[in-house]
Amino acid sequence: MSDVNSLTMDRPVEDSILNHTVQDVLGKPIDRVEGPLKVAGKATYSAEFGFDRLAHGFLVRAPQGAGRIEAIEADAAKAVPGVIDVIHDFDGFIRNAQQGGETEAPTMGVREVHYVGQPVAIVVAESFEAAREGAALVTVRMSAGDGDFGIEGREDEAEKPADGMIPAHSDAGDLDKAMADAAATVDAFWTTPSQNSAAIEPHVSIAEWQGDRLTVHGAYQMLSSDRQQLADALGLEEEQVRIVARYVGGGFGSKLGIAPECVAAAIAAKQLGRPVKTVMTRQQVFEATVRRSDTHQRLRLAADGDGRLTGIGHETIVSNLEGEDFFEPAGLATHFLYAGANRRVTHDIVRVNRTLSGSMRAPGEAVGMLALENAMDELAEALDIDPVELRRINEPEQDPSKDIPFSSRKLAECLDEGAAAFGWEQRNRTPGGLRDGDWLVGHGVAASARSNLLQPSRARVSVTPEGRAIVETDMTDIGTGSYTILGQIAAEMLGLPIEAVEVRLGDTDFPPAAGSGGSWGAGSSGSSVYLACEALRAKIAASFDAEADGLTLKDGHAIAGNRRVPLGELVGEGIEAEGAIEPGEMAEKVNQASYGAHFCEVHVHAVTGEVRVKRWTGVFAAGRILNEKTARSQCIGGIVFGIGTALTEELVHDERDGKCVNRDLAEYHVPVHADVPHMDIRFLVERDAAANPLMAKGIGELGISGAGAAIVNAIYNATGVRVRSYPVTLDKLIDGLPPV
Amino acid sequence: MHFTINGQSFDVEPDIRTSLLDLLREHVGLTGTKKGCDHGQCGACTVLVNGRRINSCLTLAVMHQDDEVTTIEGLGTPDDLHPLQAAFVRHDGFQCGYCTPGQICSAVGMLDEAAKGWPSHVSESLDDGALTDEEIRERMSGNLCRCSAYPNIVDAIREVADGARDERRVGEEAAA
Ligand code: FES
Ligand code: FES
Repeated sequence: MSDVNSLTMDRPVEDSILNHTVQDVLGKPIDRVEGPLKVAGKATYSAEFGFDRLAHGFLVRAPQGAGRIEAIEADAAKAVPGVIDVIHDFDGFIRNAQQGGETEAPTMGVREVHYVGQPVAIVVAESFEAAREGAALVTVRMSAGDGDFGIEGREDEAEKPADGMIPAHSDAGDLDKAMADAAATVDAFWTTPSQNSAAIEPHVSIAEWQGDRLTVHGAYQMLSSDRQQLADALGLEEEQVRIVARYVGGGFGSKLGIAPECVAAAIAAKQLGRPVKTVMTRQQVFEATVRRSDTHQRLRLAADGDGRLTGIGHETIVSNLEGEDFFEPAGLATHFLYAGANRRVTHDIVRVNRTLSGSMRAPGEAVGMLALENAMDELAEALDIDPVELRRINEPEQDPSKDIPFSSRKLAECLDEGAAAFGWEQRNRTPGGLRDGDWLVGHGVAASARSNLLQPSRARVSVTPEGRAIVETDMTDIGTGSYTILGQIAAEMLGLPIEAVEVRLGDTDFPPAAGSGGSWGAGSSGSSVYLACEALRAKIAASFDAEADGLTLKDGHAIAGNRRVPLGELVGEGIEAEGAIEPGEMAEKVNQASYGAHFCEVHVHAVTGEVRVKRWTGVFAAGRILNEKTARSQCIGGIVFGIGTALTEELVHDERDGKCVNRDLAEYHVPVHADVPHMDIRFLVERDAAANPLMAKGIGELGISGAGAAIVNAIYNATGVRVRSYPVTLDKLIDGLPPV
Repeated sequence: MHFTINGQSFDVEPDIRTSLLDLLREHVGLTGTKKGCDHGQCGACTVLVNGRRINSCLTLAVMHQDDEVTTIEGLGTPDDLHPLQAAFVRHDGFQCGYCTPGQICSAVGMLDEAAKGWPSHVSESLDDGALTDEEIRERMSGNLCRCSAYPNIVDAIREVADGARDERRVGEEAAA
C-alpha cells in the first residue's frame, strides 16, 4: 500500500515545485511519447484486442421515432449461417448513452422507443459479415406512438431544467430597462443546428466475462465513472467491472458516458458465455450516441455611448430527450466575459424524440459564444468602435455575475498581441469594400474563453532501483497528449529524462482519474502525478539525508550540497506513492478560465458565396503550458471544429420523425485538409495559482470557443451580410452579396 | 486463398463478403489499418495496392489474391520509421492517431502520383509539377482528421516531399 499525498484546492498554491525544478522538460515541445507506436500502426485501440472464441455483435435499431415495440422477428436472421443468436432484453438495454461523469446507469429499457435508431437488439455471429446480414433481416414491429420531433413552433413548450454546470436561469438588475435606456443595442436571434462529434474511431466495446467479473475494452473517455455506470446498468458491484482503453481514437465528448453498444455486448457475452465485440457503424454513431443540441438563442446587448455595456441578455432554448436534464449551457461564458450590471441568462429545454443531446467539445461556449461574439461585432458597428477596442472597454474588474475575483485573466493581452501579429489595424473597415479578383476579402475577430475546472483525480508513481519512474492512473489519452504531459510532469519533478518515465493509462485497475472531458484532464490528472512525485521527493530527500527544499533532482541524479548520487541508489527495492487532487473552495472563491483571441481572414466568392478561410492568428493564455507542441495542436483542433461549425456542420433531422438524415461522413461535413489554412498559434506566459499545483488551466476546448464567430464576423466584413443561422452555407449568403 | 501483404504470404479463407480492410484487421492481425466509416468516406482504411492508394473498406479481399498489399506496418516499425512516419511524429501530424495510418499511406501514394506528374483539381496546368501546400491539401482531402492535425500533416508531408525532391536533384546533378 502506498502513501497518499492529497491536496484539496481550498487556497491558491503558494509556490509550485515546478517553479524550481531544473530538468527543463516540462513545457517543452517534445514529440508525443506514444507517437512512434501510432504512426507505425502499433497502438492498440479498443476494437483491436484479440480473444479466443470472439463473437461479433451488430446492433439492431428502432425504425421509428416514437412508439412501442410489439415484436422482434428474428427467425430469418437466425437462419443465416454463422448467426449464433439474436438477443434482446427490453429492460436491460439502455435507452441512450449516459452523460459524462454520472455515477449511475442512464435511462434503462428499450421497449418504449424514444428516437429513430434506438438500439433494441443485438445479433451475434461468428463473423462480422454474418452478424451484419442477420441484423438486416431482423424485423422490429412497432405500434406507432405520438412524438415531438423539433423545436420549431414549440418554443413556448420549453421548460426550465434542473440546474446543471451553471444555473438554468439567472437574473440580475433590470435588463429591459437597460435596453430601453441604452445609447446602442443589439437584440437578435441566432440558431445553431444539432452537431455530432464524429470522432474517427467509432464507438466499440468488447465484453468478456470471467465468472461474475466483466472486462470491457471500450472506446471511452472517463473510465472510472463509465465503470460505475456500467456496473449499475448490469446490477454489479463496481469492483466486478474493469474497463480498459489504452488508446482512444478521439472523443470530443461523445465517449464520456457509456453508450448502448457497451451494455448490449455485456448482456450478449453473458448469455452466450463468449466474448462479444460490438463496433458501432458510422450511422449508429450518429443515431445512437450523442449529439450537440440545436439551439435557439436570443442575445441582447445594451451599451452607453462610450461602448460600456449596461446590459447583457442571453436566452437559449435547446432540445433533449424526455427525462434528460442536460442542457447545452450556451450562456456559460456570458456570465463572466464582459462587464454590465443588468444581466439575464436562461436555458430552457424542449422535449423531442431525437438522439440524446449531451456534451460535445466545449459544451456551452462552442455555440453560445457564436451569438455573443457576433452580437459584440454588431454592437461595435452600431457604436462605430473598433471591435477589439469594444472588448477592451468591457473588461470587467472581477466576475460580474458572482462578484468574485478572476484567478488570472489575460483576454486584453491576447487581443493586443493577436491584433499586432495579424495586422488588424491594416484591415479594410467598409463591409464588402475589399476584393481580390473573384473573391471578397474580410477580416474578423472574436474573444475566446473557457471555464477552468478541476476534478478529483488520483495517480500512483513509483521509482525503480534502475532509476526509472512508472506512472499509473486510469486517465485516458484521446489525442489530448496525456501520455506525454504526464510523463513530462513526472520527469520534471523527479529529475529524469523523459525516456526514463513510463506512463500507463486507460485501465480501471489503476487509481481513478478525472478522465478526459471539460478540459480538466491535464490539470486534474497532472496534479495527481505532481502530488505523487512530491511525496517521492520527500522520500528521496530522507534517504539522502537532505532537506526536501535543498534537494535538486536532475538527469537521474539526486544532488544536495556537493553530493551527487544516482536516483536508483536512493530507493532501495523501489519506492512508490499516490497523489490525490480534490477540488475545493477555489472553485467558488475565484473565477477560473482560460482566454484567447481569434483573428481570421476569409475570402468569399463574389458570385457563388463560397467561403474559404485563408489566414488565422490565435493567441491563448491558459496558465502554464505543459507541452507547447501538443497544446498548439489542441488549439488548432479546436479552431478547426470552429471552422466546421461556422461553415459546414449541420446534423439535419427529419421533421416527421426526428431521424438523423445525414448520418454519415459523406453527408455530415466535417472540415477536410482543403478547408484549413496554416495557423499562427501563440501562447502568453501565465501561471494560475488558484487552478492547481501545476498552475495550468484547460486548453482542449479553448480553441473552439469563439472561433466560428470570428469567421462569421469576417464574412460580414467581406460581404456586408449578417447571417445568424449557423452554419453559413452559401445559400444564406448569395442573395445578399454585393452586385458583381 | 493466398494473399501477399507487406511482402509476406498469408493463407486465409475469408468470407467472400469480407472487405480487404476486415481481412487485414480481423483475419491476419494487421490492425494498423483503421475503420472509420466502412463506406469510403473517411480514408482511415487507406492502404497501397500495387503501390496505389485505395480505401480498403471499398474493395473485397477476394479480389486481391494476386496483388501486393502494403499497409502501415509494411512502411516502417516504431524502431525504424519510414521518413513520413518520422515526419508525422516530429510535426505532431496527429493527436488521437486513429486517422494516421490512413493519412500516411495516402501520403505515400499521393507523393508517387505527384512525382508521376498527375494533376489535381487545383493544378494550374497539366505540366506544372510544383507540390505546393495547396496541392497537398487538395490531394489529401479524402483523409479526414477530426482531431484536425491538418496543418501539421501538411508540414510533415512537405518536409518529406522537399527532402525527396532535393535528393532527386542531387541525384540528377550527380548523373549530369
Ligand atoms: S473506413 Fe474506409 S474510407 Fe472510412
Ligand atoms: S489524429 Fe485523431 S482523427 Fe486524425
